[in-house]
Amino acid sequence: MSVVLEQIFQVGFLAAIIRIATPLAFATLGEMFSERAGVLNLGIEGIMLLCAMTGFTATSLSGSLWFGVLVAVLTGMLMGALHALFTVALGLSQHVCGIGVTLFSSGLAYFLYRLIFGQQSVPPAIKGFQTLPIPVLSDIPVLGPAVFNQFALVYMAIIAIPLAAFVLYRTPWGLSVRMVGENPRAADSAGVSVIATRFQAVILGGALMGLAGAFLSMAQFNAFTFGVVSGRGWVAIALVVFGRWDPWRSAGAALLFAFVDALQLRMQASGLGHIPYEAFLMLPFIFTIVAMAVMSRNAVAPSALLKPFRREER
Amino acid sequence: MPAPLIEMRGITKSFGAVKANEAVDLSVAPGEILGLLGENGAGKTTLMNVLFGAYAPDAGEILVQGQPVRITSSADALAAGIGMVHQHFHLAPRLTVLENLLIGIPGKSGRIDRAGGLARLAEIGRQHGLTLDPDLPVSALSVGEQQRLEIVKALFRGARLLILDEPTAVLAPSEVDGLFSALRSMAAQGLGIIFISHKLNEVRALTHRCTVLRHGRVAGRVDDPANTTSAAMAQLMCGHEIVPPARGPSTPGADVLTLDGISTSKHAGTVLRDVSLAVRAGEILGIAGVSGNGQRALAEVISGVRAPDAGRMTIAGQTVSRFSPREVQALGLGRIPEDRMTTGLVTNLPLADSMVLPRIGTAAFSAKGLLKPDAIRAFAEEQIKAYDIRCPGPMTRAGALSGGNLQKALLARELAFDPKVLIVSQPTRGLDIGAARFIHEKFLDMRAKGCGIIVIGEDLEELLVLCDRIAVMYEGRIVDTLGSAEATIARLGLLMTGAEGHS
Repeated sequence: MSVVLEQIFQVGFLAAIIRIATPLAFATLGEMFSERAGVLNLGIEGIMLLCAMTGFTATSLSGSLWFGVLVAVLTGMLMGALHALFTVALGLSQHVCGIGVTLFSSGLAYFLYRLIFGQQSVPPAIKGFQTLPIPVLSDIPVLGPAVFNQFALVYMAIIAIPLAAFVLYRTPWGLSVRMVGENPRAADSAGVSVIATRFQAVILGGALMGLAGAFLSMAQFNAFTFGVVSGRGWVAIALVVFGRWDPWRSAGAALLFAFVDALQLRMQASGLGHIPYEAFLMLPFIFTIVAMAVMSRNAVAPSALLKPFRREER
Repeated sequence: MPAPLIEMRGITKSFGAVKANEAVDLSVAPGEILGLLGENGAGKTTLMNVLFGAYAPDAGEILVQGQPVRITSSADALAAGIGMVHQHFHLAPRLTVLENLLIGIPGKSGRIDRAGGLARLAEIGRQHGLTLDPDLPVSALSVGEQQRLEIVKALFRGARLLILDEPTAVLAPSEVDGLFSALRSMAAQGLGIIFISHKLNEVRALTHRCTVLRHGRVAGRVDDPANTTSAAMAQLMCGHEIVPPARGPSTPGADVLTLDGISTSKHAGTVLRDVSLAVRAGEILGIAGVSGNGQRALAEVISGVRAPDAGRMTIAGQTVSRFSPREVQALGLGRIPEDRMTTGLVTNLPLADSMVLPRIGTAAFSAKGLLKPDAIRAFAEEQIKAYDIRCPGPMTRAGALSGGNLQKALLARELAFDPKVLIVSQPTRGLDIGAARFIHEKFLDMRAKGCGIIVIGEDLEELLVLCDRIAVMYEGRIVDTLGSAEATIARLGLLMTGAEGHS
């Protein structure tokens, strides 16, 4: 057993946690912005998949990784705008539209991928992002190689967390987002456009989901497969609740989930072979459910979450 | 008289075939408090929504300091110096006082201007005596403080005209005094105020001038409210004379409901602490108190929704053992809940269904596990006729009825079964004078027939008109019970703040 533990707790393990946490952190922050403004985005799973596909394709065709990231972000914003059009402008059910967006985006991703790449026995791959050690910082023992010898997108995620907190809590726009998610009528009577603010928050959320998708197909796997997202979007929705709609807590929740996921990957590989690997795969999800049941029972969602705003209705 | 701050000329606004406002003229001068009076549906709220930019008028114009302006959104209204304190506060409970103030205010170099906000808040506090702790979440404020925040919010945005929509409906009498002195101070400093109310004594005490609306038109103006009688103003509002119902001497009989040492715990809100009271046949007992002092728990225990942790309750001499709504109802209790729309009836179902809901399982309305639709319908039709409930028929969606008609329906459904005790909460909240009058008469009829009635309410004038005795609740206790001869608004108001508890 001690051999197992030794194998688990090492620099590579810490680096793996950070890597696994990155797409979750982007996705969780994206969902959080959307929900803080009062819009549940169940389209996240499909949006991440579509963005993974468009980013991968753009890179594959252009040869530029950052162009691929840009395309993925723009795709995410577009899909965010689509979800906002249905739920904010038209005031339709957020559940139904979100599931619709996921089904539509997934189908579109598969369809376009087949259309562009055809059916190939070996899926096409790209040369994805390479680790980018940060001078000096990457020489710190343990922490250096784990945190500061990572992909550029990982650093972006690390910066995105305090930035999200700053935007949400310190800027007038962030206050508007929180207000339209708590009491849109109050925001409206203060001269803040509820519709515009919600659109902006959902689109920003889509952009972050785009980064999450791009990371998966362009840094983590360097290929697009239909299972590239495999439930990470749904997990992000749970992590937002677990993180009580707060950027710091949400990012912490992503890190915790990543820890359990990295742990189960090691356990799969570490010779506990008589247990079917699917059992290990379940661990992070069981952890999420238990953690939510224990920690989030008193979590209070934004009051206006799921509620469309129509001015003349009382 | 100084030039008007705001002038509305010939405002007309229709919703479909209904003319909510028709050629309404209204003006407010700097330093003036204008009362806007009218029954429900008279068009007060529509008119103010036009002024605040929520509705576009079909005809008419709005002038701010003599200049015509177009107000199509609340942002326009705020820019024109018009602030509104809505009846239902527009606040985000989980954000802080300061955050609620700063919403929509541009920041300083991309950040929320906290220092500037604090300075402005302190300045308003000094000017009008309206102080608030900037960093408390709004959920921690009392209702009165939340209202103060709404006023501060309007001033914060530079409002020169303040509209208050029934501001006293949610306040305790002592808080009303505080509000009035703040409003007077604001008027003295040159602000214009529109005070919407249907409480005539308040309008007479506070306002300099009144505009009275009826059926969407200006029914009249009162230039000297302080020296005009309430009866004259009520007549302007209703179009006919209103005589308060006469309460004959009471001839109480035996106790029909007793509570002995009832206490509750383990639930949100104020708990009951050792509450004992008795209601006799043929008397009306009022329960006064600022909302949130245990009235809801009391109503829930009496109607069997919540079981107390300690204490004993009897209805018509029989001890209540299991505390279920069905049990207390079988013992003879009728109940009209506080919130018509949520606990009173099912808004999306036909009215007839809601009218039989509490007794759906009795032989009158079902047999062998199946409903008797004809009996249900016949019952509803009968009550609609008897109580003059204005609706297209028993199969109308309940939510489509007006508040007054819903309250009549709820009353009808209980009174049809001759309850020995009736418990009602806020029986006339939101109703206009005519509908309230009808409800009051029914209560007095029941009293004469020997029913014991408990009226839980915040409207002290209503309680004084109706009740033979008034008990005052404060923090889950009954602090005192006054007979109708010794009960005055002043004494009740003092007891409601917990200042004078002795029994």
